[in-house]
Amino acid sequence: MKRLGRLFRTTAFKLAIGILLIFTVFAVAILVYVGFSAQRLLDEQVSITVGEEIKGLLGQYNAGGVIRLVRQIERRSQQPGSSLYLVTSAAGETLAGNIMSVESEGLLEAGTYELFYRVIEDGEPKPHRALVETVILPGGFRLMVGRDLAETDRFRAVIWRTGGWSILFVLGLAVTGGVFVARRVLTRIDQMTETTRLIMAGDFSGRLKVSGTDDELDRLAHSLNTMLERIQELMKGLKEVSDNIAHDLKTPLTRLRNSAEEALRTADSVDDLRLALDHVIEEADNLIKLFNALLMIARAEAGGAYDQGDRLDLSAIARDVAELYEPLAEEVGLTVQVQADTPIEIRGSRELLGQALANLIDNAIKYSAYTEGDDQGPARDIVVAVERKKDVVELSIADRGPGIAEADRGRVLDRFVRLETSRTRPGSGLGLSLAAAIARLHHGALKLEDNTPGLRVVFSLPVGEDA
Amino acid sequence: MSNIMKLLLIEDDASAAAYLVKAFRELGHSVDHVLDGLDGYALAADGRYDVLIVDRMVPRMDGLTLIRALREQSNETPVLILSALGQVDDRVKGLRAGADDYLPKPYSFSELLARVEILSRRARIAPTEETVFRVADLELDRLSHRVTRAGIEIDLQPREFRLLEYLMRHAGQVVTRTMLLEQVWDYHFDPQTNVIDVHVSRLRAKIDKGHAIQLIHTVRGAGYTIREASR
Repeated sequence: MKRLGRLFRTTAFKLAIGILLIFTVFAVAILVYVGFSAQRLLDEQVSITVGEEIKGLLGQYNAGGVIRLVRQIERRSQQPGSSLYLVTSAAGETLAGNIMSVESEGLLEAGTYELFYRVIEDGEPKPHRALVETVILPGGFRLMVGRDLAETDRFRAVIWRTGGWSILFVLGLAVTGGVFVARRVLTRIDQMTETTRLIMAGDFSGRLKVSGTDDELDRLAHSLNTMLERIQELMKGLKEVSDNIAHDLKTPLTRLRNSAEEALRTADSVDDLRLALDHVIEEADNLIKLFNALLMIARAEAGGAYDQGDRLDLSAIARDVAELYEPLAEEVGLTVQVQADTPIEIRGSRELLGQALANLIDNAIKYSAYTEGDDQGPARDIVVAVERKKDVVELSIADRGPGIAEADRGRVLDRFVRLETSRTRPGSGLGLSLAAAIARLHHGALKLEDNTPGLRVVFSLPVGEDA
Repeated sequence: MSNIMKLLLIEDDASAAAYLVKAFRELGHSVDHVLDGLDGYALAADGRYDVLIVDRMVPRMDGLTLIRALREQSNETPVLILSALGQVDDRVKGLRAGADDYLPKPYSFSELLARVEILSRRARIAPTEETVFRVADLELDRLSHRVTRAGIEIDLQPREFRLLEYLMRHAGQVVTRTMLLEQVWDYHFDPQTNVIDVHVSRLRAKIDKGHAIQLIHTVRGAGYTIREASR
C-alpha cells in the first residue's frame, strides 16, 4: 500500500494523470458536440420529411377535398415503415390514419411539436414519442403527419454510449500506462537510491546500474558514476596523504624528541645545551618545511587546478632559478647550462613553478655531485632547457648522475620515496613528488627519462594560449 | 644600534603573544598587545605605532579587514601579517589588502624581528632614494653600477650587485635568508638547500677578501648583516 502511495506520488504518474485529465476534458467536449450535432441533424431531417409530406397531402386535398385526402392517407398508411397519419373532423373524430390514440386532451393544435402516442407492442400499448406537424384545414378538419422518434432516439443512444465507452476505455488505458511508466521509473530510481544509500554507508565501490538504453536515467546514472569515481579517487588520495603524513611526520618528530631528551640527560654545560637546542630548532624547521611541502602536494592532488595563472615567461624562470643554484653546483664541481633564450609564454604561478624547478635542480646537483673516484670531466654538466613542442612546453633538467632504473621511475614520484636506503643525503624525499604535483596543478605532467647516462626530468606544460 | 620601536601586536593566541611581547621587551622595544581586531583598530587608528604585527585570523575584525580600514583612512603605519595560511595565494591576498610584509606561521623570532626592524626603519626614513650607499670604505653607486672598496673597483655579477645593494640599504640591520630570496630573487619558496649562503659567501669573498676588517657578518640563527665593525 505504501508502495502504491509512492507510485502515485511519482512525477511520471502525476504527469500521466495530468495529460489524461486534459485529454478527457477535450474528449468529452468533442463527444457532446458530436452528439448534439447529430441529434439536431436527425431532428431537422425528420421535420423536413414531415413538411414535404404535408405539402404533398395538401396538394391532394386541394385537388379532391377531404375525401381524396382520406383515401390517400389510408393508402399511405398501409405501406410498411410509413409515417404516422391522422385526419380528424372538427369534432375530433378520427376519419383516417394509423394512430389509434394520441396522448393529448381535446383537439390537435396547429404547428410542429412532439407528442406521445401508443403503439401495441407484444400485446401491450406502449407510449412512443413522435414529431408531428398538424395543419387545420377549412371546415375544422385537422391533418397530422408525424414520424416516430424511436429510431433517432436509438441512434442517439448509440452515439452517447459508444462515446462514453471509448472515453472510459482510453481513461483505463491511460491510467494503466501511467502506472506502468511510473513503476518502471520508480523501480530504477529505487535502485539508484539503494545504491547511493550503500555508498553513503561507506561502500565507495558501489556504482549505479546503467541499463544501456541511453535514456535520461542512464545518462544521469552515468554522470553520477563518473562523480563517484572522482570522489573515490579523492578519498583514496586523502587517505594516502593522511597515512603518509602520519608515517613520515612521526619519524622526524621522534628524532626531535630524542635529541631534546638526550640533551636533557647528557648536557653538562650551557654550551652543550645551546648546541642541542640549535639542533632541535633545526629539526623543527625541517619538520615545518616537510609539512608545507605535504600541504602543497595535498592541495595539488585535491584537484583545484591552477587556472587563473599569470602570464609568465618560462625561460626567464628557468634562467632565474638556474642562476640561483649555479654557485651551489660550482661548489661541488658542476656547471649548470641553461638553454632558454627565447621567451616562452605560459600561464601559471611563478612561485610554484620556481619551487618545482628549484627542487629538480637541487636534486640534479645532489645526485650527480658526489661519486668518489669518478673522473669529474666536462660531462658532468647539468642542462636546463626550455623548448616548445607543438602544443606543449617542455622544461627539462638533465644530469649525468647515476640516473634512475626504469623500473623505479614510477615509484620515485610517490611521496617520500628515496631510492637510497641509507638516507645519507639530505632531503625529505618530497622534491620530485612536489614537482609532479605542481605539474598536475598546471595541467601538465612530469616524466622521467634516461639521459644515457643520467636522469632527464621533463616537466611539460600546456602552451599558455588563451584557452 | 637598533632604535627603540613602538609596536602593536594584535594576536588572539595568548601564549604566542606573551612570548613575542617578552622577546621584544627584552630588546628594549615597547609593545602593546590586544586580543582582537576591533581593539587593535581603535589603538592603531591614531598612527602612533612604528609597526603593527597582525595575526590574520583574530576575532571581531579579521586582520585583512583591519588593514583595509586603516589604509582607507590613509593610515600608512607599516603592517606585518602573521598567518597560519602560508600558501602563495594567501600571501598575495595579504599584500593586496595593504600589508607590507607577510610571515607564515610558524616563524622564528629572529625572522620576525629582522622584518619588523626593516619595516620600522622604512617608515621612519623619508623615502628620498639615496644613490650611493657607504659602509666603511665600501661604496656602492646605484646609478653607475660601480662598487669600490678602498677605492679599488670590484667586479660584481648583476645578482651580486643587487644582493650587496640590499644588504647595504639595510646596513646595520639583520636580513634573513628568506628576506634575501624574496628581495633579491623575488621568490618566496623554500629553496631546500641553503643556496643563499653560497651566494653570500661568494659575495663576501669578493668584498672582504684581503681586507683586515670584515664587513659582511653572519648572524647566528638569523641571517646576515653588513656593518662597519663587530659590536
